[in-house]
Amino acid sequence: MSVHAHPTTPQFSANAHRAMGDGNLQEALARLRVGFSTRRAAAIADLPEFDALRDAARDIKIHTLAHLDLYIEAYEQRVKESGGHVHFARTAEEARRIVLDICAAHGAKTVAKGKSMISEEIALNDALIAAGVRPIETDLGEYIIQLRGEMPSHIIGPAVHLTKDQVEADFRRAHTHLPHDRDLTEPSAMLAEARAVLREKFIAADVGITGANFLIAETGTSVIVTNEGNGDLSQTLPKAHIVLASLEKITPTLEDAAQILRVLARSATGQEMSVYTTFATGPRRAGDPDGPQEYHVVLLDNGRSAMLGTEFEDMLRCIRCGACMNHCPVYHAVGGHAYGWVYPGPMGAVLTPSLIGVEKGGQLPNASTFCGKCEDVCPMRIPLPKMMRHWREREFERHMTARPQRAGLGVWAFFAKRPALYRLGTALAMRALAFTGRTTGRISKLPLAGGWTATRDFPAPQGRTFQSQWRDRTKAKAR
Amino acid sequence: MVETGRKIRVGLFATCLVDLFRPTVGFAAVKLLEDAGCVVEVPAQTCCGQPAFNSGDTNAARAIALQAIETFAPYDYVVAPSGSCAGMMAKHYPELFEHDPELRARAIAFSAKAFELVSFLVDVLGVTRVAARFPHSVAYHDSCSGLREMSVQAQPRALLETVEGLELRELSEADTCCGFGGAFAVKFGEISTAIVDRKTQDVAATGAPVLLAGDLGCLMNIAGRLKRQGSSVAVRHVAEVLAGMTEAPPIAEAPAGPKKG
Repeated sequence: MSVHAHPTTPQFSANAHRAMGDGNLQEALARLRVGFSTRRAAAIADLPEFDALRDAARDIKIHTLAHLDLYIEAYEQRVKESGGHVHFARTAEEARRIVLDICAAHGAKTVAKGKSMISEEIALNDALIAAGVRPIETDLGEYIIQLRGEMPSHIIGPAVHLTKDQVEADFRRAHTHLPHDRDLTEPSAMLAEARAVLREKFIAADVGITGANFLIAETGTSVIVTNEGNGDLSQTLPKAHIVLASLEKITPTLEDAAQILRVLARSATGQEMSVYTTFATGPRRAGDPDGPQEYHVVLLDNGRSAMLGTEFEDMLRCIRCGACMNHCPVYHAVGGHAYGWVYPGPMGAVLTPSLIGVEKGGQLPNASTFCGKCEDVCPMRIPLPKMMRHWREREFERHMTARPQRAGLGVWAFFAKRPALYRLGTALAMRALAFTGRTTGRISKLPLAGGWTATRDFPAPQGRTFQSQWRDRTKAKAR
Repeated sequence: MVETGRKIRVGLFATCLVDLFRPTVGFAAVKLLEDAGCVVEVPAQTCCGQPAFNSGDTNAARAIALQAIETFAPYDYVVAPSGSCAGMMAKHYPELFEHDPELRARAIAFSAKAFELVSFLVDVLGVTRVAARFPHSVAYHDSCSGLREMSVQAQPRALLETVEGLELRELSEADTCCGFGGAFAVKFGEISTAIVDRKTQDVAATGAPVLLAGDLGCLMNIAGRLKRQGSSVAVRHVAEVLAGMTEAPPIAEAPAGPKKG
């Protein structure tokens, strides 16, 4: 079974350990951490009103979430009027069932897929394969990881964990019909090869499945942004087009979507706009040059409506740009697969416990230094550290906090609430620690702090505490 | 901002780490504040409550916060030589009492007078230069909470520029986290180490023999890693240099001269 259905999120620390020893991954991550942040910074430097745009984009989402029921209703109405169908899926299972039924109705043997994180979330490919339908990923990154049987490691760059050499090896392994001695040294050669291979498959596909960046309530339109144009072909060539989207993708108007688009690509890749922004409204009409005969939207809830009205509602503003992970020191160290499920990085640390349960996802919101860079770069100003802290609160309330930490914290809080005892206790403890580190100024091994002292010395205290020295000074002055 | 007639009364919030590990930072903070014309007192105190807050123990965090609010009630300002503890008091105390309007109002009033030391000197007291000498090149690390919660970035650099003999060499990623993160550094020690390794590489690349920052948590983390790597870089709190009080050995280093006992 794939990791989709069986998250390895509970083994985050072990995953991270493996990731930090993976040379190829570390090489890819070193490239990523510089590339994305440099390009984003340049794009934003060119747009002085970026912060004002962020505020506007955030406010659009806040408004939409406050009236989500109304906008969903309006959206459904518009889709119906344009000849399309909206299917509501409460769970991943329901969403898979709906997609399989549509595929069955068309006797589909193959489906062409544009990039969709919802498809990953509901583990659609496994279900399609089990039903005898062949899913063809048409996004280059998704295509590469499909060849490798992997999960995406990043929400906008599924294959960012790989080096060019690894991809070249995969292509040579998979595309055996091509000349063995062909030159694949340039990335553009690999892109051309992937395009040629995929183009044939688009033609053969019976059903096209894409995600959506926006679902426009005003017009019933689905909007996707891509850099390869693969989404356009996935949704126009086959007989039926299925849009997979979660319900927070609903956006009131085209103008609102245009506002949000201005912050999306800049935050994601540092582009002003993605290369393709494609609008699809209903099936092909008489006189249209192309388009599908049927147009379906599967609107997935899967735990999201339960986030509305809670301390996690702000997370539903997320537009999946990836800026949080592009700037996260933890993501930079371990990459996306360590997070063990579909959504990595800071947004995953908040969203994953909501979607798969805090019992499985609980380590993620703890694996943060709270450096705040994610919130700083989030175009939607989502308070990611604050929401990770809310998960920690829930874990603490439910006694899920690791026992040594809880015990240590309990002792600390006991003293912190009693200043006189605190002064006495800490004065004694610091004298003892200072004595331990008296010759070197540092301590190389400390009980209960092995996570620190395995790789770092622990600085020894100077000796007497500040407060006790201060009291002596004050007394001396009074004399 | 500085009132005439009456001196500003500052309650120094020493912070746990300074109180317990590096009192010299506390004395340096007092000197800087007194030199700027403040009356400084250090009321009996414990912790700001951040360890409890970040571990999800909201009840303990509230109790400790209320105690701090009470303790520092008599002062015009509460100033901490730490962006992290100051951020807790200035930004997070009000969040702790979101469901209690009366306590929330008190927390908000308190948060308005809570400051990080160096930004307080520059932004509130209008200090533009210090009388200190430190003839070394230094690198300066921006601690995350100070930078993002308390907007501490230009102020320490501005004052460091006025230290006689000091040359500031910028880190290439001064605003990237050092990997400390409180309990994170112990619970996820391996990841924390990977992050601090980038920082120590960045420090080495500047060639500066001294690293400064405004938060002892980050400093202990970076110094701990540097010393384990055998680095000779001296690590200090920025207040020590600004106050001209650099007699004590750097963080995680032995006292100079013949060792006793």
